[in-house]
Amino acid sequence: MALTKILLQLAGGMWVSIQIFIVTLVFSLPLGLLVSFGRMSKNPVIRAIVKFYISVMRGTPLMLQLMVVYFGPYYLLGIKVGNGYRLWAAFIGFVINYAAYFAEIYRSGIQSMPVGQYEAAKLLGYTKPQTFFRIIFPQVVKRILPSVTNEVITLVKDTSLAFSISVLEMFAVAKALASSQTSLIPFVAAGLFYYVFNLIVAVGMEYIEKRMNYYQ
Amino acid sequence: MYLLEMNHVKKAFDGQGVLRDISLSVKEGEIVSIIGPSGSGKSTLLRCATMLEEMDGGELNYLGEKAAWNGPDGKAIYAKGEKRKEIQKNYGLVFQNFHLFPHMTVLKNITDAPIHVQKRDKEEVYSEAMELLKKMGLEDKAEAYPCQLSGGQCQRVAIARALALNPRILFFDEPTSALDPELTGEVLKVIKSLADMHITMVIVTHEMAFAKDISDRIIFMADGVIVEEGTPEEVFSSSNERTQSFLGRYGEG
Repeated sequence: MALTKILLQLAGGMWVSIQIFIVTLVFSLPLGLLVSFGRMSKNPVIRAIVKFYISVMRGTPLMLQLMVVYFGPYYLLGIKVGNGYRLWAAFIGFVINYAAYFAEIYRSGIQSMPVGQYEAAKLLGYTKPQTFFRIIFPQVVKRILPSVTNEVITLVKDTSLAFSISVLEMFAVAKALASSQTSLIPFVAAGLFYYVFNLIVAVGMEYIEKRMNYYQ
Repeated sequence: MYLLEMNHVKKAFDGQGVLRDISLSVKEGEIVSIIGPSGSGKSTLLRCATMLEEMDGGELNYLGEKAAWNGPDGKAIYAKGEKRKEIQKNYGLVFQNFHLFPHMTVLKNITDAPIHVQKRDKEEVYSEAMELLKKMGLEDKAEAYPCQLSGGQCQRVAIARALALNPRILFFDEPTSALDPELTGEVLKVIKSLADMHITMVIVTHEMAFAKDISDRIIFMADGVIVEEGTPEEVFSSSNERTQSFLGRYGEG
């Protein structure tokens, strides 16, 4: 098979990987904020439930979680799912897993805010939501950006785990091609793809961090 | 009618009495300084007056409106919701450590609350804020961020931010304690200029000469009680032993 044909097939897988990446970030970043609120809730029941959820998400392999999300509906509830569910299962699995990680990052940022900021806001009459969104959150974003960058870079590589539920993303395609062609080239190309993808992510995040440097 | 009225305020932290039956009233236009050794409860008193801290028992009134009163069990009950918000509009507080919002420019620090909390007209708020900055001698710093300012400049911005909401009474919690003597001077000058505008102020301070100079009344606190209060002349020439031993360390102010 010609190299161009290999690359073309890999490009198809690349697009699936990018889809997983984007969907995960778009949904897990806001969901993570919500989860962090639950984690810091005054209600002990909510707090305990959220704490348990986070510990399961962080304490078990993502690959296992993907399998549970994918096979769960049939084995647990007897619902027959079509082939199209694979990608959805990947989306769901990644989003709930990354939301847990992001929640802990948000929490660390929110709890690191000096109490004086809340007190100043209270004296100036800000409501609680105004205090959070106008004063606390913009500062939290700057504080947590380096940790978020770490997580996002891990996510790029983690997308390859969707392979475990037979989602034809980059890695699955590369593996199939490598065995059918008895060649290492697909793996090299895949590795290059992940590397360049992360390079772009790193440059992008660095740009955002620089833009946040307008204050110390 | 008193602008601020605190009656029989009690507050304890972990069973340790910090405020032990304190009563304090402030009239419109009056300037009151609270002095006393560290740990005497001065700051806690301000934090109770501004409802940052809830007192255990006692009454708190602004312009006769009840912010807090004693329940049947002797515990303080606080006004809630809209009522509390209305009462909070009466006062502002300047913190020891400024607590400016670091992600906002100086101008935004001052205008954000009037625009988004009080929902006032933007143009009007901006022109008023520039007036305030001029008064503070900071008109060229409107677009600067707090991290680019000196401590004294930060504190002047914090004063402008509090004034922008047009409070009836302004509290200062050791406004110069985080500043070196040179910067202290510029902040005290600004506070003095507010006195000339007849803004009601309650100032917790360790600047004795300043307190003596600016105040209509001085309150000397120690160990959670008001030991003595009166005109600056009365307090500074007091024959009370506790007052003397405290003021002695400052010479004659």
